[in-house]
Amino acid sequence: MSRIAAGGRIDRSRSLHFRFDGTAFEGHPGDTLASALLANGVRLVGRSFKLHRPRGIFSAGVEEPNALVALRSFARHEPNTRATVVELFDGLVAESQNRFPSLRFDVMAANQLLDRFLSAGFYYKTFMWPKSFWETVYEPLIRRAAGLGKATQFADPDRYDAMHAHCDVLVVGSGPAGLAAARTAAEAGCRVILAEQDFEFGGGILREPAHEDWRAAQLAALAAIPDVTLLSRMTVFGAYEHGEFGAVERIADHLPEPRPHLPRQRMWTIRAREAVIATGAFERFVAFPGNDAPGVMLAGSAASYATRFAVRAGERAILFTTHDAAYDDAFALQDAGAQLAGIVDPRPDSAAQQAARARHITVHAGCEISATGIDRRTLSSVTVRERKDASREVVPCDLLMVAGGWNPAVHLLSQAGTPLTWHEGMATFVPGTMPAGLHAAGLVAGAWGIAQCASSGAEAGATAARACGRDAVAPHLPAAGAIPDTSVMPLWEVNGKGKAFVDIQDDVTADDIRLAHREGFDHIELAKRYTTHAMGTDQGKTGGILGAAVLAEARGEPVSRVGLPKFRPYTAPVTWGALAGEHVGRHFQPTRRTPLHDWHVTRGAVMMETGLWLRPAYYPVPDDADAWASVIREGRAARRKVAVADVSTLGKIAVSGPDAGKFLDLLYTNTFSNLPIGRARYGLMLREDGIVFDDGTTSRFGPHDFYMTTTTANAAAVMSHMEFHHQAVWPELDVQYSSITDQWAGMSICGPCARAVVGSVVDLDIANQAFPFMAVKNCRAAGVPAKLFRISFSGEMAYELHVPAGYALHVWEAVLRAGEPHGIAPYGLEALGLLRIEKGHVAGSELNGNTSAHDLGMERMLKKRGDFIGRTLADRPALKDPARQRLVGVRPVRRDQKISGGYHLVARLGETQSQGFITSVTQGAEVDGWLGLALLANGPERIGTHMIAASPLHSAEVPVEICSPHFVDPENARVRA
Amino acid sequence: MRITCPYCGPRDEAEFAFRGDATVARPPAEAGADAFAAYLYDRANPKGWHVEWFQHALGCRQWLRVERHTVTHEIRSVVAAVGSTE
Repeated sequence: MSRIAAGGRIDRSRSLHFRFDGTAFEGHPGDTLASALLANGVRLVGRSFKLHRPRGIFSAGVEEPNALVALRSFARHEPNTRATVVELFDGLVAESQNRFPSLRFDVMAANQLLDRFLSAGFYYKTFMWPKSFWETVYEPLIRRAAGLGKATQFADPDRYDAMHAHCDVLVVGSGPAGLAAARTAAEAGCRVILAEQDFEFGGGILREPAHEDWRAAQLAALAAIPDVTLLSRMTVFGAYEHGEFGAVERIADHLPEPRPHLPRQRMWTIRAREAVIATGAFERFVAFPGNDAPGVMLAGSAASYATRFAVRAGERAILFTTHDAAYDDAFALQDAGAQLAGIVDPRPDSAAQQAARARHITVHAGCEISATGIDRRTLSSVTVRERKDASREVVPCDLLMVAGGWNPAVHLLSQAGTPLTWHEGMATFVPGTMPAGLHAAGLVAGAWGIAQCASSGAEAGATAARACGRDAVAPHLPAAGAIPDTSVMPLWEVNGKGKAFVDIQDDVTADDIRLAHREGFDHIELAKRYTTHAMGTDQGKTGGILGAAVLAEARGEPVSRVGLPKFRPYTAPVTWGALAGEHVGRHFQPTRRTPLHDWHVTRGAVMMETGLWLRPAYYPVPDDADAWASVIREGRAARRKVAVADVSTLGKIAVSGPDAGKFLDLLYTNTFSNLPIGRARYGLMLREDGIVFDDGTTSRFGPHDFYMTTTTANAAAVMSHMEFHHQAVWPELDVQYSSITDQWAGMSICGPCARAVVGSVVDLDIANQAFPFMAVKNCRAAGVPAKLFRISFSGEMAYELHVPAGYALHVWEAVLRAGEPHGIAPYGLEALGLLRIEKGHVAGSELNGNTSAHDLGMERMLKKRGDFIGRTLADRPALKDPARQRLVGVRPVRRDQKISGGYHLVARLGETQSQGFITSVTQGAEVDGWLGLALLANGPERIGTHMIAASPLHSAEVPVEICSPHFVDPENARVRA
Repeated sequence: MRITCPYCGPRDEAEFAFRGDATVARPPAEAGADAFAAYLYDRANPKGWHVEWFQHALGCRQWLRVERHTVTHEIRSVVAAVGSTE
């Protein structure tokens, strides 16, 4: 066991039992899965992405590239979780990933034998021959081999919440800078949200026991202020415009199961007036051969395991560092009982080196690590090489602490628009001038040491408070300590035999970066994508800058000229569940129901979704053999007797005012200002580019009173279209309009007996002369106010009855009672479609955003005089060309054959040149067999000819005849009867 | 992003529908196909300040001319279409 006997922030009084790869272990509250594994001597935790090299725990935080495990099982199975951030809980079960059959013996490690062929971008140059192998061999192989963890196939049983919050000051990070900033702003009277991604507040203080009292005091003070919200386990993953931040709070990740009534995670959208980013820094490593061996760890992380988790990450440690501050990390290991086998420092001398010698630690000054030795898949030695004369010494060790320097965690600052500048002393990028409302404090701004960071935080908090109009009081700072020399010798790479990784998760080496440069991918953004450097789940937090430095050297330029790839959300992996929140399943979109919904369901209708609406597709009865039998039965009832359909979903817009007619003339291709009162007219609406936008029937009920209808799908779009053109283009028009789609229910009653049925429900004389085709009138139906329209979508004698939605059921039932002696049947959306296709009326499938009025045979509806939307561009010759695909009807030559929408029309069998396609199909109620509408080049001129309706996807080749789209009553005798 | 509607006050971006360039006006009826094509398709697409149409679709339904910086998304002015002369 590597657990240190005393110290650390773990609760030794309780034991937690967990399993890793089937073996049972014990840990304590306060442990992460990684610290508990290390305490149990587990050094091997994974296999690398491409080469399946053995990997160990590399860090103690979110920057972890290696220790990706799969947690839990079945529906809660969670792949690619960093063991370094998993809070240990009793009963935790974790598995390593990307290995078969086991971590120790992974067959895919054979990839390493091919590593010469697996360099960066190899997949751009391979898998091309023979061509047939791609679908049958390469792709299935790659699918099986690629990736790390496997996702579960079960539905997520947990709930995810969403929260919107506003505050004066958002503080991200609760290290000394964040705590000081939050307290300063809060005591000035600001509403403060403090977000910390760890499960404990304190940041860097968590591994500095000497400052624990100060940490506790700040937290106690903050907890006592009502307008302060303290949120741990909360990762702020993105900075967006106008002070908006996205964050995810892990409510139950540290529990075996979420508590009842609580979500698993919560997505926060925070709108802050001011934000203080105190996110600290990530330590970077150095690219030397064999720097990926299990046992190689970031120096600060090794020290954190010792002081925060009371775990020795190794028994015999070596430190490889380019700066003084890391020496304290080595001393921490020594104080924890590890043997310090040496410190390797490329610099000739420094103050820290003397302190090390005083502790009887061998210092190899002017040296570097040029190789690592592995025994049984973990580190067993390192090769120390003199930089001047290249003489070597092999030193046994089981832990190599690497300290290349510290990179400020500038992600959120950069996302919010802060430029990055090069800092010579720290040899890294630091934030430049921040935009208004944004502040950087602590290590992320280049401050060093607890006291300096706290002071920086207090200043940022005060500035933020002042920007909110509040005065800050004196801050509460910890005692100042000695600040070491923080200058870093920029050492990015050590040359030598073997792979020197710049990205440990994605297996990208320094040689790969140089390869990218040689092949012309010399911009950092190109080199990144070509090699996949910094594209893993760790996003290159520990090695991104190494790739930039190697590229800079290849280009012969300073690193500051190469820069880093652009920072974008998310700063850490975020689950889909958190992003989806409650918008899953039926809650992904609202559901719209018509006023008659319950009646349809009770009647046994098969309901279908059209857009957001639920509509009845058909109403099966026991005698119906199948769905089409129901639809044809309903269609025949409509054509032979009488039938009624719920058409409430159609868009309805009330248009009124002295200029209402003028406005309609501008919206429609035809004229409405001359529509007589008491009449309806079919209208065609174009887009400004001349393509058909929508159609509908608009009626006039008074001199300044129109009732417009639109298609169901376009109701909202037409409304916006009207609002734009009135407000922005013709504001001088005196017209008002409102959407009344939901306020009025509509029912369509059609068939030879329709007049008898409707006549007994309404208080009007609807004899043919009194109420001819296209007449409209306000009336009363079954005693309630109603509007009656004599219009027909079905091609039969038909009426539409609109009533205020609250009366829908009352009137619908009255219609059904009146229709019973005539054999009335309700008909649904499918029969509606059957009837209109037989009649040859266009609908959404034909108004598909590509068709012009000429294509649909409606060119005579374009008024000759007067402006309307789309008039000029509809006149373009290319939109009137007869060779365009234009509306026709189509029927199989053999009536027993089927056609489908989407089938292409070709001249003869085997021909692959498509001349057009079928847009709508149905089985006929009056017409025998299948029929459809199609858009065909030179369509109307080809009526009477035969073609083939072909679909290679369905292996279909059906001989069809091209005919008029009006299969039923082309003279319109029935609608006028 | 937040947009301050002149009628409703500061509101979240999600309440608005975006239409596009507000610097182009519908040509007079007889201006011809080239003018209408330019109205629909020719765009300056500046990197910097831009005036564009937003409708407060989930609020007052008014169309607004919004001056937005296309890089920083800073919003400099919001004027309702109705009542503004142009």
